[in-house]
Amino acid sequence: MGKITVPLGPQHPALKEPGSFTLALEGEQVVGASIKLGYNHRGIEKTCEQRTYTQDVYLIERVCGICSHSHTTAFCTAVEEIAGVDIGKRAKAIRVAVGELERIHSHLLWLGVAGHEIGFDTLFMYSWRDRELVLDALELISGNRVHYAVNTIGGVRRDISADTARKVLAAVDKLEERTKYYIKVATEEVTVLARAKGVGMLPESVARKLCAVGPLARASNVPKDVRRDDPYLIYDELDFNVITANSCDVFGRLYVRVFELLESCKLIRQVLKALPEGDIVAKMSRKIPAGEAVARYEAPRGEDIHYVKSNGTEMPDRVKVRAPTMSNFAAVSYMLEGGFLADAPLVIAAIDPCFSCTDRATLLRGNSGEVVDLEELRRMGIEHYRAKGVDFSKL
Amino acid sequence: MKKAVEKLVTWSRMKSPWIIHFNSGACNGCDIEVLDALTPRYDLERFGVQLHGTPRHADVLVASGPVTRQQAARLVRIYNQMAEPKFVVAVGACACSGGVFDGCYSVLGGIDSVIPVSAYIPGCPVRPEALIDGVVKLLSSLEKKEASK
Repeated sequence: MGKITVPLGPQHPALKEPGSFTLALEGEQVVGASIKLGYNHRGIEKTCEQRTYTQDVYLIERVCGICSHSHTTAFCTAVEEIAGVDIGKRAKAIRVAVGELERIHSHLLWLGVAGHEIGFDTLFMYSWRDRELVLDALELISGNRVHYAVNTIGGVRRDISADTARKVLAAVDKLEERTKYYIKVATEEVTVLARAKGVGMLPESVARKLCAVGPLARASNVPKDVRRDDPYLIYDELDFNVITANSCDVFGRLYVRVFELLESCKLIRQVLKALPEGDIVAKMSRKIPAGEAVARYEAPRGEDIHYVKSNGTEMPDRVKVRAPTMSNFAAVSYMLEGGFLADAPLVIAAIDPCFSCTDRATLLRGNSGEVVDLEELRRMGIEHYRAKGVDFSKL
Repeated sequence: MKKAVEKLVTWSRMKSPWIIHFNSGACNGCDIEVLDALTPRYDLERFGVQLHGTPRHADVLVASGPVTRQQAARLVRIYNQMAEPKFVVAVGACACSGGVFDGCYSVLGGIDSVIPVSAYIPGCPVRPEALIDGVVKLLSSLEKKEASK
């Protein structure tokens, strides 16, 4: 039987964002998959170098509309580390509270999209209806539903009053109630099990080799979580579990995410019930001394890394963003191969891809400024992964 | 008779505008809010608005985000695939003017730098209420235009 090539994207009903997948098919089975990214590349990193740190916070926030708080927290933490400023405990606690609310909103959003991809639109409508609760809570704290703009260099811009905390906690109680229903749906509903079990397998050894992060790695039994491995803000004082699953398939990813909802509820309760006293923003100079720093943050999709290099002026010298989806794409082509075409949108959706986070390009190598063309870059990538024991040369 | 048929066509067009959503380089915020407007709390479908996957079935192109260099040609292609009469709604600050991304090397500007736009809905990101307001305003302006013909 001859091979048929099916393009998926950049505009496709299953993908809410532009990304292009080329699938080689033999009958219904996917035998090869290649991914093309970059449709969303806007040039944020370069533009950051031309704006001041305060302006950059707003630009970095718009790297992604779902995990905007993750990106700004990582960026602000890096800048504060260079400046040697310790932001107050209250500011740290507020960052954690907003970060966990964001995780709930992101996971509920994903649950809906996954439900939509398996043709279970009722789940999509239910989970998005309940997502409004957490959006209301975020609006109450920050004044906006999606880009909260809570972070600023040196702390946070909005305080959480006792009254607000009470209302947010009430919303969290309601959400926890609903989460229990979703756990029931995810683990018992026949439609979900039939579409998710054994689909998009990613064995533990491969997940480690391909550097999968976040819920994708945890669903393959790799207990990786920056919140526990390298605690930032006040996570070292909080009590939570790292959820893992050993089924290594889409069902595992579903399981990890719904149980993480409960953990996030637990974290928000701990933070808001004992909100430390103090200032919410530390005074900082607009000029940041020369230096460099790396900040890690466990975004809803996995580890988010920000690198900032300063040169003593009001503008950074270099900003580099490594979004979690980027490191999960290697696993996507592995998971697509051997599966069926009808499962492809679900497998892609199961990593919770965020193309707007991912699309950044690097062309320069070393200090020489030598430009590497695409073929050379591809060859280097294949060699890099071959050394690790994975062969991508047939892609 | 011809006039009656035309009237019927206009009426049905007003009552069920099918939309296609296209992300031309947005941060995701507006896309999520567009979807959100279709879910139970806001329920845009009560105005007959339905989200469709192919441009050939759609009346309204809901475009979000600044136009990136990679997406410009695709946006034009999707616009050309739509059947007449067609309308474009620019959703969000970036789609209206380039917004926070104005000046990025890979961004051409707002949606109107590539294709003609019928309605602009500002906001970063747009609130679902604003989106509903924008769609209803677009429809009522079309109704008036048809009536004065």
